[in-house]
Amino acid sequence: MRERILAVIEKNSRIGVKELAALLGENEAAVAAEIAAMEAEHVICGYHTLINWDNTDEEKVIALIEVKVTPQREMGFDKIAERIYQYSEVTSVYLMSGGYDFTVMLEAKSMRAVAQFVAEKLSTIDSVLSTATHFVLKKYKDHGTVLCEGPQDERMMIVP
Amino acid sequence: MRNPLSDTIVNIPPSGIRKFFDVVSEMKGAISLGVGEPDFDTPWHIREEGIRSLEKGRTFYTSNAGLKELKVEICRYLKRRQNLDYDYNSEVMVTVGGSEAIDIALRAMVNPGEEVLIPQPSYVSYVPCTILAGGKPVVIELEEKDQFRLTPEKLEEKITPATKILILPFPNNPTGAVMEKEDLQAIAGVIEKHDLFVISDEIYSELTYRGKHVSIAEIPGMRERTVLINGFSKAYAMTGWRLGYAAAPALILKQMLKIHQFAIMCAPTTSQYAAVDALKNGDEDIARMKEAYDERRRYLLAEFCSMGMDCFEPYGAFYMFPCIKRFGMSSDEFATRLLQEEKIAVVPGTAFGDCGEGYLRVSYAYSLEDLRKALARIRRFVERFDQNAGQKES
Repeated sequence: MRERILAVIEKNSRIGVKELAALLGENEAAVAAEIAAMEAEHVICGYHTLINWDNTDEEKVIALIEVKVTPQREMGFDKIAERIYQYSEVTSVYLMSGGYDFTVMLEAKSMRAVAQFVAEKLSTIDSVLSTATHFVLKKYKDHGTVLCEGPQDERMMIVP
Repeated sequence: MRNPLSDTIVNIPPSGIRKFFDVVSEMKGAISLGVGEPDFDTPWHIREEGIRSLEKGRTFYTSNAGLKELKVEICRYLKRRQNLDYDYNSEVMVTVGGSEAIDIALRAMVNPGEEVLIPQPSYVSYVPCTILAGGKPVVIELEEKDQFRLTPEKLEEKITPATKILILPFPNNPTGAVMEKEDLQAIAGVIEKHDLFVISDEIYSELTYRGKHVSIAEIPGMRERTVLINGFSKAYAMTGWRLGYAAAPALILKQMLKIHQFAIMCAPTTSQYAAVDALKNGDEDIARMKEAYDERRRYLLAEFCSMGMDCFEPYGAFYMFPCIKRFGMSSDEFATRLLQEEKIAVVPGTAFGDCGEGYLRVSYAYSLEDLRKALARIRRFVERFDQNAGQKES
């Protein structure tokens, strides 16, 4: 039942337990218990809203930063990651295979704020060797959802 | 001037859905639950194959029966899903939708005056196509108490010496009924005893929610009597591509092919190339869409139940067929009032045969979001009716 619950709420976290239970053909109390258990076990880590900020008046800059580091004695990747993800403006940190070590996603008010973060906070961490900062120009699809156009039903109203 | 028209065609009444459609399409802000096609787009990789075939300039006729590559894939599919063996060269043909296959199967098999058994409620084309083929349609009225399945008793009842063909439309539009293996075994004896042939319209075969679809052709002795019809519209969300197929014994298929060759030439080439990809790489898409339909099906069933609408549980297709007899209105009246008062379009059961009276066809080929909005309005309609009924009583 877990995977099926997750598959639904991954796309719609606002769905009520009653409706969710109906969709899955499961008992309401059992579904509620399973969700509570997954929250406790950190399988479910939060409930977010997918926002297309481009359609608001809010100015936001999103940056993707490639970070190369040298892991030091007694301090593996995890420790370095921790030093990076503690910053509240950092939205995601991933350890990568390939040409660099971390992908750091950053949300800030302006490009200058991003520059400041990289210069003053990120680059000054001892283990950080180099950074390459990319700015997101436009989001087309996020979390499996196409952002740029609303879906339109072009079918005829009645079809036998 | 003489009357330019054929009496046969003039005497066929237009589809009952048409009339309703005209009212709905005029209405602003209406939510429709009246559609008989998937709400999903054709999966991208399938569309891409269609595009690629155009880029490569594959814009010519294919052979009459269809691309060899596609026929081979259809045979593989029928083997994989239904464990049926058909020869791609002599027993399979590609048609313009399942609808064409229904038409030409009837025309290839019916002699003037021979009777064709048509279980109803069912899709709107069987009766007219039978008439156009010169046959005599004989309706078998299915009932909710049998879960709208065809029983051997009901079948036997309508058989006369002139009966030749049984149309088997399962999983069913509009009821959502299925025929499970035991149901098919039960009627197979009757079919054999009276030496009948079967045109099995299995266009919804991938959309079954309790066990795998079984084709009548899988029942021993039935393959040689069966024209199996299926297509890409429902399983792969490819309605607009107009592509279906028929699999039948060579004796029958050869004559069907003759009609197809003269009337149609061949099914659209672009669609055929896309369909090859659908069959090769589309199994996951089918599973994904089916899961979504199944969720909606359970949701709708729970909703209807909680608002006091009687509804038997459909195990196939993407329709609910709730019973509205307790409201004391005809299907037409109920559907019209629901449209006028709450701007919800559903199809009256009578569009699918007289025995659809007292029922509505509600399609769940809509996003959950749309269904939620629509169901809230239906609930309001039902509650208002129940309140008024309560006031009258007291």
